[in-house]
Parts: sequence; C-alpha cells; structure tokens
Amino acid sequence: MALPPPDPQFVLRGTSAAVHTLHFSCGGPEPDIPLLFSGSENGFIHVWNLKTHRVDSALDGHGRKSVYCVETMSGKDKLLSQGRDQRICLWDLAEGRTSVTDSVFTEHVGFCRCSLLKVAQGRWLMAMAARSLEEVQILELPSKTSVCTLKPEVGAKLGMPMCLKLWQLNCGSQPVLLAGYEDGSVVLWNVSMGKVLSKLICHQEPVMSLDFDSEKAKGISGSSEKVLSIWSLNEQQNLQVYKTHELVNAGISDITIRPDKKILATAGWDHRIRIFGWKKLKPLAVLDYHTATVHCVSFSDHSNPQERLLAAGSKDQRISVWSIYAQT
Amino acid sequence: VCFIPGGLDCSISFVSHVLGKVCIHGRQKEILGVLVPRLTELTKSDCIWQRICWRLVECVPDRWMEAVVLGFVQRAPSADVLSRLLGNLVVKNKKAQFVVTQKILLLQYGHTTAVLQNLLGYLSLDGLRRTLLLRVLQELLETWSSSSAVKHSPAEQQLYISKAILICLSHLKEPEIESCRQELLMSMMEGMKCHLDSSLPQLRRLGMVVAESISLKINTDGPVLKFEYEEDDETRELKSLLVQTPSFYVVPSLPDDDRSGKAGAALPLVPESNEKPHTAAPVMPDEESDAELDSDDDLIPYDMSEDKELKIKAPVYIRDCIEVLTGSRSEDVDKWEATVKALESLVRKNPAATREVSVELAKILLHLEEKPCIEDFVELRQRAQVAVLTTDPIPVAKYLTSQFYSLNYSLRQRMDILDVLVLAAQELSCPKFHGKTKHSGAQKPCIQLLLGSDSTKDWRRIVDERIKSKTRRFDMGRSRVELASRPNEFNSVAGYFFFPLIQHFDRPLTTFDLLGEDHLVLGRLVHTLAILMYLAVNTVVVTAMGKALLEFVWALRFHTDSYVRQGLLSCVSSLLLSVPTEQILADMTEELLETQSWLGDVMEKDPDGDCRRLALQNLLLMENLKKKLEVVPS
Repeated sequence: MALPPPDPQFVLRGTSAAVHTLHFSCGGPEPDIPLLFSGSENGFIHVWNLKTHRVDSALDGHGRKSVYCVETMSGKDKLLSQGRDQRICLWDLAEGRTSVTDSVFTEHVGFCRCSLLKVAQGRWLMAMAARSLEEVQILELPSKTSVCTLKPEVGAKLGMPMCLKLWQLNCGSQPVLLAGYEDGSVVLWNVSMGKVLSKLICHQEPVMSLDFDSEKAKGISGSSEKVLSIWSLNEQQNLQVYKTHELVNAGISDITIRPDKKILATAGWDHRIRIFGWKKLKPLAVLDYHTATVHCVSFSDHSNPQERLLAAGSKDQRISVWSIYAQT
Repeated sequence: VCFIPGGLDCSISFVSHVLGKVCIHGRQKEILGVLVPRLTELTKSDCIWQRICWRLVECVPDRWMEAVVLGFVQRAPSADVLSRLLGNLVVKNKKAQFVVTQKILLLQYGHTTAVLQNLLGYLSLDGLRRTLLLRVLQELLETWSSSSAVKHSPAEQQLYISKAILICLSHLKEPEIESCRQELLMSMMEGMKCHLDSSLPQLRRLGMVVAESISLKINTDGPVLKFEYEEDDETRELKSLLVQTPSFYVVPSLPDDDRSGKAGAALPLVPESNEKPHTAAPVMPDEESDAELDSDDDLIPYDMSEDKELKIKAPVYIRDCIEVLTGSRSEDVDKWEATVKALESLVRKNPAATREVSVELAKILLHLEEKPCIEDFVELRQRAQVAVLTTDPIPVAKYLTSQFYSLNYSLRQRMDILDVLVLAAQELSCPKFHGKTKHSGAQKPCIQLLLGSDSTKDWRRIVDERIKSKTRRFDMGRSRVELASRPNEFNSVAGYFFFPLIQHFDRPLTTFDLLGEDHLVLGRLVHTLAILMYLAVNTVVVTAMGKALLEFVWALRFHTDSYVRQGLLSCVSSLLLSVPTEQILADMTEELLETQSWLGDVMEKDPDGDCRRLALQNLLLMENLKKKLEVVPS
C-alpha cells in the first residue's frame, strides 16, 4: 500500500505576488544561514531565511516589473537577477548591502531565462536571449564583453528562444549551449565557433523548460502539451530522442534535475509538482498543494544530504518547501 | 415538304408563308419537329442549303416571325445548328431581333437552360451578332441590379436572368470584357446590394453566385470576391454555366445534371506532405538498465491515485453563476466556460432559486457576449434563456418583450428575443417537452429557428397535417395512443408573450424602424406571432389574440417584402386553426369576409409562389370552416 504523498515541510507566504523564480543558497559552512531567493511578479526579490522562515530583505531593482530569473554567483554575496524591464542586474549582498553593482540592458522582451556557467575563478559566461527575435547572445561576466551571437540560419523559423542551458563537459572543455525554441526544437550550439551542432524537434508546441545531465549526456524538456521528452547526446554530439512520457494534464513551466541526478521535479500548469526518478523516468510522486499554476521548482544545494529541500513557487503567491527523498 | 436541289432558282416565299401560318396557329412542334432535323442534316456542309434556309426564315412575314423564331430557338439542338439555320436573321430583321434579345430573355422566363445556352451561343458565334450579345448582357445586368426588379419579380424569373447572365459571361472574350469592365463592376455592386437586402435566402444566394462570377471574370488577377454560402444543386448548376461547354450536340431534352459534371473547377491539388522526418527513431539502449545497479529501485513511489485530469468545476448555485458571468475576474476564463455550459441544467433543476433572480438572469443572458470562443455558444445561450423563460414565464416575458422595442439593441439581439419566446412557448404548450427524452427533440426547433429560413416549410407541413386531421375527422378513429396529458402551461402566459409584441410595431425608434428598413425583423416578428397564435390553441385568450392578429394582418397586408407577406398568411392560417370556429363566426365575420377577398387577390396576383400557395391554403381552410358549420345542426 503506497503512502500518501507528503505535505510540504513549510510554506513561505508574504510575497504578495506570483512567484516566478527560486534559487537556493544553502551550501555555505555552519554560521551561514541557508537562504532562498525568490523573484516575484511585483518586481521584488525576496531573500528568505530558511531558519526563521521569514523574509530577511527585499530587493527592488527592476522597476516593479516582474523578475523571472535569479541566480547566485559564487555564494550568496553575489546575485544575478533578470526582469521584464529588459535588464539583468548584478547585486552585491555582502555584509548586509543591497545594491546593484552592474546591469546589462538586454532589450529582450520575452520570458527566456538566462543561463550562467562558471568558466574560471571570477569569470562566468552568460547566455541570454537578445534583442533580435531568434538570437542568443553569450556574454562574459563581469566584463560584459560579447563572446558571440548565436544566430540560426535564415529560414530556420525556430521562433524565440524559450529556455537556455550553458554547460561544459569538464572544466577545460568547450562550453556548449542547449537552447529550446518556440517551434518545439532543442538546438545544441558550439559557443566558441557559434554554429549549430545538432537540432532535434522534441515537441509540437514551444519548449517551456529544459534541463541537462552532463554526466549521462541526457536531457529532458517540457512544453505546453502533455508530453515530456527525454533526449540524449551521443558521441558525435547529435541529439536523439530517448523516450517520451505522457502526462495527465498538459503544460509544464519548469523542470529541474536534482544535483545528485537521482530525481527530477516538474512544475505543472495543473497546479501540481511531479517527481520522477531520473534514470528511467519512473513517476514517484505528485505533490498537490498549490491552487494555481506552479511557475518554478528548485532543489537546494545543502551539503548535508539529509537536509535537502525542494521549493516550488506558484501563481497563488506561495512558496512550498518540501523534503522528499532526502534519505537516499 | 421536300425540296428539289439542283440549280433551280425557286422562290421560297410561299413556303415561308406556310411555315409562318402553321406556327402562328400553334403547330410549331409538329412542323418544326420534321423540318428542323431535316434542315440540320442538309445544311451541315452545303452552303446552298444554308442560304435557302436563311431565305426561308427571312421571308416569313413579320406578324408570324415571332412564332417561327421562337419555334426554331426551342427546337434547335445546339448553338451552331441555330446559327446555320437562322444565319444573321437577328441582325437583318427587326422583329426577330426583338424576339431574341428582348422577349425571350427579359419578358419570358419559362425556357430551359439549354434553350438559353443555344440562344446566347448563337449570338456569340458571329461577329455581327456579338454586338447584340453585349447589348443583351447590359440589359440583363440592368434588370439584375435593379432593386425594384429584385423585390417584385418572381424567384423563377430571377433565376432565369441569373442563368442568362452567367452564360453571357462565359461567352465574352478578353477585349470585350476590357471594354465594359467598369460597367460590369458597377452593376455588380448595385446588384449585390439589392440581392443581399432581400429577406429570401434563395435570392441572396443567387445574388452571391452571380456577383462572384462577375468578379471572377473582371478580376483575372488579384483577389476575387468570395462569399460564404451553402452549396446546393442550384448553385452548382449556376456555377457550371460559367464554363463554356463545347457547342456540340446539346439536346435540350438532356437533364441539366449532366452538364454540372463538367464543372471546370480544377481539382485542388493535395500538397503532398513531404515533411522531413522529425524525430529520429528512439534509441532504446537495453544494456544500460542491466549494467548499472538500479539505485532508482530504492526510491519508493508514493500513492498517486489522486492524480487525475484537471476539471474545472462549474458553480453549483445559480447566484454563483450570476457572479461568474458578470464577472469582475475576467481572467477566470475556464470557469466562465464551465458556467455557460452548466447553466441550463442548473436553471431547470432549481426552479425556485431561478425564480428569485429570473429577470436579472434574463438580462445577463441577453447581453452576454462570447468572451472566449466556445463551441456552440449561441445554442448554449439560447437554451439557457429558454430555460429561464419557461421557469418563470410572466416576469421574464414582460422583460423580454419590453426590450424588443427598446433602443440600442442589435437586430440579432431582437431576433434572438423572438426565437427564445417561440421556443419557450413551444415548450410550455407541449406536454411532451417536460420529459427528459424530449430534450433531443427540443434541439430540432432550436436549430431550425436559428437558421430562420425554413420556418415557412415547417409551417406548411404543420398546416397540412392539421388540415388533414380536421377534414378526415369522421373517418379516423382514435388509433393513436394518447399521450399523458398535462395542463397547458402556456395558457396562463400566452397573453404576456403575444400582446406586448404586437403593440408597438408602428412606432419607430431612432435605431429601430419595423415598418422601414428593418423589414427582416418585421418578417421574423410576423412569423413569431403566427407560431404563438398556433400554440395558443385551447387557451382562454385565443379569441382576443385572434382579433388583434387579424387587425395587425390587415394593416400590413400590402407590404412589399415577400417574407413578410408569407408571415402574414401564416398568421391567418394559425388563426383559422386555433380560434374555435364559433368564436370566429361570432366575433369576426366581417373581417373574415374582407380577408377572404384579399386572399383571393393574393392567390391570383402575388408574384411570390409561396404566398400564392399559402393564400390558397387559407381559402381552403375557410371553406372547411363553412362546411363544418353547415354540418352542425343549428
């Protein structure tokens, strides 16, 4: 007899707006407080204290326009946020400061979240959707110099880029970008040369979100339809469909694979969070707490596996935090 | 009558005279039946015979020319045979020209399509005659685009003229079209306007087909006029006329269907879907699952039986429905859709709750717009309105009838009001409609009335059945099982449905003038009154309704729109069927006599075929009434 799904460990309230993005920062040594950063539709970034379950500070840097991406760069003192005011802001949060140190004007009016990749100490590559419809620009941070612009060939009709993931196989190798587009295809780009390595049409509808496991060279993408698509990358750098999984209700906003690559979580338009085993995509749990579309899911980066958490932000303005499969 | 060939110079005028005299006495068929095939044979290759033939017809005296020409036109098997037989008679002889270009095309309309084809083909075959063809086309277009012709001429004549126009168009060559392009365009615009204005769907369709064809001809490149209408045999036949069929033997006796098979529309080439293969074959590496230790098995799944498809729940209470529909929360589109779908059954299940808010609900439904697109929105809304009206008839009927004559409603909304009143009246008066099984039956009148055009046909059937049931009363016993009888709920409310509608028809408002432009709505109103009258049989107010209706009909009896006149005649039918005979004769004798003479007039002189038939039916009904009275001993 299977157990009923667990309840959330706790629920964070107080954003007063739909939550679009979440990011944990819990990896620091003991005196550091585990934090959760959330970006909301009203333009605020809330810094949640996971011990007290209260907001430590609220950052207002996007002119009250919705924030749809937050990421930390080297610990919790440097934060990157992206908002609908067409800007990417870099924050300095050390020692209680809350100031924007730098910003990039992207001129991107869509919802495509940027992707960060640390290439060396103090240097990152950032992939972001640019001003022109189908292009992706790679910038180097913090210098903000453009590394290259990835333009699909004329007539490819890919549409807007919807989701991005920069990764490299190991520290020295070439960075590559996986981009999901409006026409339902996932494209693998070689960043340094700026050309397409492989393209795979995974969905009939726009790709809403994707995540990639570089160890197993396997990735997963979700779209507005009822199908999850799992694809793999072979030695020739070609994308192939590995498997598809049909969902009960259509629409996926976000997918994320846990850092230990054992499970993954999807955020659904049907208000539910689904947990799957990553190896064979075995459905493990359906977490039904929210009363509106779940916009984002994120796993924590606790060093102690027992403390690992999963957070989900929804349009109903709540962030649910779960402890699930933490024992493995 | 045989001819002796061979170089003789004979005078044929005597033969012409004989031919003419025979034709004028009505024996065209006999004599031309022999003559025409013989002449066709002889003139096939022999020029002399052709000339003899031409002399023959040219010498027919003017007073008999018409009969002869008409006979030839009707008997000739094809256009070039006609051309061989008549030659340039139409150019040389004034009378023949008049017959061919005016009389057959504009003044008569009983000829078959084949005759038209032959005639117009004949005109197109010779350069001298082509000017006549153009002139004919111009005159046909003038008639087609004249609004009084559209309003007053019978439908058959309009069909005939349309066919002639299409055949002319098919014969025109490029330079000729160039020269009269402007005029074609102007007539097309004029004619289109008059035809679309008409209340009869058949005329509207005719106008659309002809306008499309003209547009096709004059705009060889660039966008072409395209209407949306239902294709049926008539439109297909008309369209096939545009394509010039080769002028071989097209015997007039062939049915027209054969020709429609040659319709020139190119078969749409189905684009082959040569899409490049998308998803590569899924790679199923079997080795992986064996080799690695399945640490996934350590993860025990939770119970997921609750994970079902997400269904948006519709509200369960009527007041909640009202809130959603007047909704400030316009984002909740799914809920709105679920509410609209569930509303009718909710109303029917909760009559008491509905009665509390009935007028408000009626108001909301009347103004409800289709916010997101749902399938069957119109039908769902109508069913909900009918449900509300039948649950609480009196206040809602008062509201709806008052809104019918109010300012600032669209024509569509006013006609919706009429439809809803009729459907509700049907439901209230018919006991069967209360059972659950009858909901499928309720759909049929719904759809019919939405289309609006078929109510006369439906009518005729009902009236016919009623007449049948009344006249054979003495022969048939009760062979049918009686349905469970219920009190006629329409009885108490019939007056509220009927009288307010009839009250203000002659009072124009700024946006709504029944007696003026909005004659379509007037037509629908009249038909609605006829149905309400019919359903009011055996109610208490039926006599008062009858009197009011008769006065109404009398006031409008000379209306120019044939749809309105058909409605008026239906009103008289339902009146005669519903009001008990004794009441009719007691209260309405003089009016009935006047009506009878009016009906006689309509039956003889009305241009519309349906009106004449309805008038005849009414006169028959009146006869039956009289007979019934004579049977009953005084």
